[in-house]
Amino acid sequence: MPLWLFVFLAALAVLAALGVVLQRNPVHCLMALVVVLLDLAVMFIGLGAVTVGFLQAIVYVGAIMVLFLFVIWLLNLQTEERRVAGSIGLRFFGAVGAAALVAELCVFVVKAPSTAGLSHVPPTFGSIGAIAEALFTDYLIAFEATSLLLLVAVIGAVALARRATASRTRSPVPVSPAVHEQIGARQ
Amino acid sequence: MTAFNLAAIDIAWLPICPLIIVGVSAMAVLLAGVRVRDDESQGLGVLTLALIALAFVFALGLLGQSGIAFAGAIAADNFAVFFELVILISAALVVLMSIDYLPAFGLSAAEYYALLLFSTFGMMLMATGGDLIVIFIGFEVMSISVYVLAGFLRRSLKSNEAALKYFVMGAFSTAFLLYGIALVYGATGTIKLGPIRAALSNPMAGNPLLLSGIGLMLVGFGFKVAAVPFHMWTPDAYEGAPTPVTAFMAVGVKLGAFAGFIRIFMVHLGPVSPDWSIVLWVIAAFTMTVGNLVALVQVNIKRMLAYSAIAHAGYILVGMTAAGSQAGGAILYYLLGYAFTNLGAFAAVIALERRGVESDLITNYRGLAVRHPGLAAAMALFLLSLTGVPPLAGFLGKFYIFSAALNAGLVWLVVIAVINSVISAYYYIAVIVAMYMREGEAVVGALGRRPAVITALAVAAIGTVLIGIYPEPYITGALHAFNSAFGAALPRTASILP
Repeated sequence: MPLWLFVFLAALAVLAALGVVLQRNPVHCLMALVVVLLDLAVMFIGLGAVTVGFLQAIVYVGAIMVLFLFVIWLLNLQTEERRVAGSIGLRFFGAVGAAALVAELCVFVVKAPSTAGLSHVPPTFGSIGAIAEALFTDYLIAFEATSLLLLVAVIGAVALARRATASRTRSPVPVSPAVHEQIGARQ
Repeated sequence: MTAFNLAAIDIAWLPICPLIIVGVSAMAVLLAGVRVRDDESQGLGVLTLALIALAFVFALGLLGQSGIAFAGAIAADNFAVFFELVILISAALVVLMSIDYLPAFGLSAAEYYALLLFSTFGMMLMATGGDLIVIFIGFEVMSISVYVLAGFLRRSLKSNEAALKYFVMGAFSTAFLLYGIALVYGATGTIKLGPIRAALSNPMAGNPLLLSGIGLMLVGFGFKVAAVPFHMWTPDAYEGAPTPVTAFMAVGVKLGAFAGFIRIFMVHLGPVSPDWSIVLWVIAAFTMTVGNLVALVQVNIKRMLAYSAIAHAGYILVGMTAAGSQAGGAILYYLLGYAFTNLGAFAAVIALERRGVESDLITNYRGLAVRHPGLAAAMALFLLSLTGVPPLAGFLGKFYIFSAALNAGLVWLVVIAVINSVISAYYYIAVIVAMYMREGEAVVGALGRRPAVITALAVAAIGTVLIGIYPEPYITGALHAFNSAFGAALPRTASILP
């Protein structure tokens, strides 16, 4: 990746990150966060980590951000935007956390070990093809079982969220007359 | 990029045959149930039962094979097959209890049976998994299905509470387990259990990464088997869930979780057992004591059985602390007897349940012996077996586990366990006293007269008695299952057989 492109992407990421913090409308914050994450994905791809870049886009932008949007939408957070900004404790701890992070990053930049001693991985390392090969050979069972896990989650969600009507029963009482009579229970 | 080397995939269909049958059955039942009305769902239950029987036959055929497949990701050894068989028996008994329960309580049958089969699949996968990822995915399939099943009485606040509590606490514990797996992977460089064991043979004791990983995995499994102090969700989840689901939680989930727990800890983390066995010692002691003491004051029989299930997890943990192949065999025998006994007790609870009536109070059992002597006798049998009265299955299970623990030198833990057994007699026998010696108007609901529930009761009673009075084939089978799978890897200990 040429340096000018990296500088451009880095500046864009910082600007968008500031947008996440400084805007008041939670949906706008979220959109700025999407820009940050997509920006990072492009950087990953530019640095050769193609799979990580795609996963960044799919997992963070595709799944997690949509989840955030749903939560904001469900809780209707827009009406509470002013109150959140005023909390002193939140600002204090936010500032402390940010300062700690900056300090940590500075230490890492100053004390970064030289890359000379590291061994080189083959160019296919971490490529989508290599990951697919691992998934469909060594981890085949885990992969297939995961698909069943997702199916279970879908069935479970539908079973719980389905409207609680006496669907699929012909009579208004969800018990067959014979059983109902014998049970003699209050409905 | 090179083309896949398809020949390198170690595909063996036979060892995963029971798993495939159960997984496909779940989907088939779901599809078959699309047009089935919820008040006429008995046929769907019979279909589920037949499919479970099919999987059982295939699992039987796997006995005696090494069963290592998929480059070690699947280990369908005798240990796994033993668990698969007991899990399938439990699932079948739960289906028998559910056949009439579902229409009576208005539960949607297709999803219920499908999720039941999916969770059975998860349990079997946990028992069969040869690496940490497969065991974890089995853990998740099992857990998520059971979270949903716990909330199936959607109009009941208690059922909703049960599902939510179980889900939130369970998801939390899953994170612990996964984090532990990640750290163990980091410390040993592999997720396959065999190589992990090999890596631990090098001096690794005291490696903080490994120790943290083991500790976190211990928490994850501790939640699932309801060990103290990770048991908080148990009574509420057991009380609120539909009773057949409670039975499945008390037996099936415990079987699956212990299968993974034993395989990972007793066998493959065996080389570093000095690091974790003392923790397990303390957890076992607290689990037995807290479970039994709190069970004393329960007035709801489902809550009482929940605390009893906690206490029984403690007895099994005593066996795990003892380590060694004899203790392993003893645990397998114990779990077999526990499955029949506990499922029977829950079947008796179902027989007394009526919709819309608070029927789970122990006071409701007063006078049952006069009105329904057969049901009262069966319930008394199960409670006596849970207490550990000879010659029932529960007695010999405890006997073998305590013998193995004594052989391993855990005298004080066995003393605590025996004292706890005595305490437990108080609350189990209180129910028997209510049934036989108190005047009362115990009412048996229509469910108690349905053939399916009666069959479940009868099968459980026969199992409890048979395993107790004629234990030889079962205990030798359990010892053989454990030894043939792991005997070479474990130190030989003194025999527990008289």
